[in-house]
Amino acid sequence: MKDRLRRTMMFIPGNNPGMMQDAYIYKPDSIMLDLEDSVTMAEKDAARLLVYNALKTIDYQGVEMVVRINPLNTPYGKKDVEAVVKAGVEVIRMPKTETADEVRELEAEIIKWETELGCVGRTLIMAAIESAQGVINAYEIATASDRMMGIALGAEDYSANLKTNRTPGGAELLLARETIVVAARAAGIACFDTVFSNLDDMDTFRAEVELIKTLGFDGKSIINPKQIPVVNEVFVPTEKQIEKSKGIIAAIREAEKNHSGVISYKGKMVDRPVVLRAQRTIDLALAAGVITKEDLQ
Amino acid sequence: MNSLKDRAAAIAAEAARLGKPVYKEGGSKDTTFRAELEKVSPKVVTLEEAIRKTGLKDGMTISFHHHFRGGDKVINMVVAKLAEMGFKNLTLASSSLAGVHSPLIEYIKQGVITGISTSGMRDALADAISHGLMEKPVEFRSHGGRGSAIMNGDIHIDVAFLGAPSCDPLGNAAGYSRSENAKSICGSLGYAIPDAHYADKVVILTDDLVDYPNTPCAISEHDVDYVVVVDSVGDSSKISAGAIRDSKSPRDILIAQTAAKVIENSGYFRDGFSMQTGTGGASLQVVKYLRQGMIDRGIKASYALGGITAHMVKLHEEGLIGKLIDVQSFDKVAAESLKNDPLGHKEVAAYEYASADEPGSATHYLDIVVLSALEVDVNFNVNVLVGSDGVIRGAIGGHPDTAADSALSVIVCPLLRGRIPCVVDEVTTLITPGNTVDVVVTDFGVAVNPRRPELAEKLKAAGLNVVDIHDLRNRAFGIAGTPEPLKFGNKVVGIVYNREGSVQDVIYNVVD
Repeated sequence: MKDRLRRTMMFIPGNNPGMMQDAYIYKPDSIMLDLEDSVTMAEKDAARLLVYNALKTIDYQGVEMVVRINPLNTPYGKKDVEAVVKAGVEVIRMPKTETADEVRELEAEIIKWETELGCVGRTLIMAAIESAQGVINAYEIATASDRMMGIALGAEDYSANLKTNRTPGGAELLLARETIVVAARAAGIACFDTVFSNLDDMDTFRAEVELIKTLGFDGKSIINPKQIPVVNEVFVPTEKQIEKSKGIIAAIREAEKNHSGVISYKGKMVDRPVVLRAQRTIDLALAAGVITKEDLQ
Repeated sequence: MNSLKDRAAAIAAEAARLGKPVYKEGGSKDTTFRAELEKVSPKVVTLEEAIRKTGLKDGMTISFHHHFRGGDKVINMVVAKLAEMGFKNLTLASSSLAGVHSPLIEYIKQGVITGISTSGMRDALADAISHGLMEKPVEFRSHGGRGSAIMNGDIHIDVAFLGAPSCDPLGNAAGYSRSENAKSICGSLGYAIPDAHYADKVVILTDDLVDYPNTPCAISEHDVDYVVVVDSVGDSSKISAGAIRDSKSPRDILIAQTAAKVIENSGYFRDGFSMQTGTGGASLQVVKYLRQGMIDRGIKASYALGGITAHMVKLHEEGLIGKLIDVQSFDKVAAESLKNDPLGHKEVAAYEYASADEPGSATHYLDIVVLSALEVDVNFNVNVLVGSDGVIRGAIGGHPDTAADSALSVIVCPLLRGRIPCVVDEVTTLITPGNTVDVVVTDFGVAVNPRRPELAEKLKAAGLNVVDIHDLRNRAFGIAGTPEPLKFGNKVVGIVYNREGSVQDVIYNVVD
């Protein structure tokens, strides 16, 4: 499913069965099983086998399943694609994406296995942008394939590439973040912010989540379940926003009932962006449990 | 007026009628300066002298407390001395045993110890006993059950050896010391008080002999026969080792948060409620999450009970918990608080804490208890004593006492520990009967005992994921597979008593 709520994408090392077996109990929106940086060379094959079997056997209870593969130019990348496509993964995350051609190369690999399985089009792609060149090419990457679900910032490699360091305020990431949001929005796909790795500093984490929400991100990559409630709290719409959105949704229904093409709310014409924003607000409020489906009747 | 001499005949006649002797003047008054007298108290003797003077004989029962938990030094020290003195065939009745007591294995082999009564045991000793080390089965009782058994004579203690971080020469003993020579602290001596009251002879071992009067004291000189000064009674840093952990595990946090939500929506989360938490990562942490709920709703607890923890002390200091009732101190912060804030605490004996036949026991007035479990079965029975491998690896503690007496008992446990399902068809050993268990909180959902349909409705209405306990069992078995039945021998190595004194279950030896 291309459109869904993705506030939190929790990273789980692909060589840790204890964490993989029930990560969904913490209710992230997406789970990303990692075959790349968190798995040492010696364990690449074992982790691939483990991730394959996890996807095949564990009931993840509707949480979106993403696997980060190794780059295709390594000895592991193509084997990773084969395994996870065969296991029925929903999204493949490409690390260190710099050009649209790399996305198309991945797509070709995916199609090869989907054709064999008879399920062409099942697997979505997201691309992590982790270099200056990737940022420059963000829009091309975002539009390289119909399968593109989203793009994400990988800040550690990016800031090293920029010859700078990570700072708590994140000034060094500002251009990349804004570029990624703009490219994603122009392409009509989702965008995700980078991880925050200091688990003892929850205040700075919250400030960062507030910043990226303001910038327009759909959500954030996370590395520990304790970060989930913070992100969800920040993404909860205010009561005023919910009320307004409910009014707009009601106005749409009213217009549909009257077969009217023109939607108006409180005497004003409602444009398409306003409708979309209202729908997202309602989705976030439903996901946060601050309203129920009955409230919308 | 007749003189004393004139009344002599009448005195003799009355004495004869009453069967009493006639008073005779004699002896002289001791005029020593009293501070010097106190220093030569006849009660202060060496350990060997104390043992001889108590009249301890082969075949008798000796007792100990476990307030130092993994840091206890008294049991090993006393039993080593008894072995050296040639004693045999003794029954060791400790309020509990810890991993540190593995030297007992040798003394059991030598025939020094031939019977054990305890709340639990761990590690090498538990493993050896599970494999059939002893001829006589070990008797396991809850803390309340032990209190009752000591009161009614089911456990008769001949000599109690009780470690105390401070004691004066006359035997007034406490679980902390106010002197500058203080070496150790364990807080409450609640599990030692029944032994002090009911044992035929009582020996206090202390590493800080303080000036008379040691006040306030947990054990009074009236109950004490001998005082023995030793280098160390226990390592205070190990009080919170073993069962007690303050977990950072996301799973424990998730379970604790869910349990807090269950409590907040149970109908018992009202101003003036009382509560207790057991050992184990998740159950200890529930207090942390309840705190916010109490602040948000303006609710205060009247008292908290049991093994008192640093979390409980914090809430007490913030005014969120009125009083703390301490049968035990689960960590050093709690022990220090008992010492420094005597008006905020009530130090209680095991029977005042949790005995079924003590009408005033604190558990009778307990609203909410949160307890851990090794296994829960589909009938809500709980096991906290024997591992899923059949080996003894825990302690009953106050589990069945508090579950039975509380208005709401909440069991917290993960669905799986590694590959071992914790929700099973039938518990390996029955410790807390299912009819006393109200809610089971796991990381995969909350199961409510069908005896409490109103509670299930309340929790569902609050948006909690209420599931049938069979679904939890099926999910656990679905992930880990159906466990093979354990292989037991046919030797009974343990007997589990119900808190009211009936025999509730037996533990067989394991066969590897």
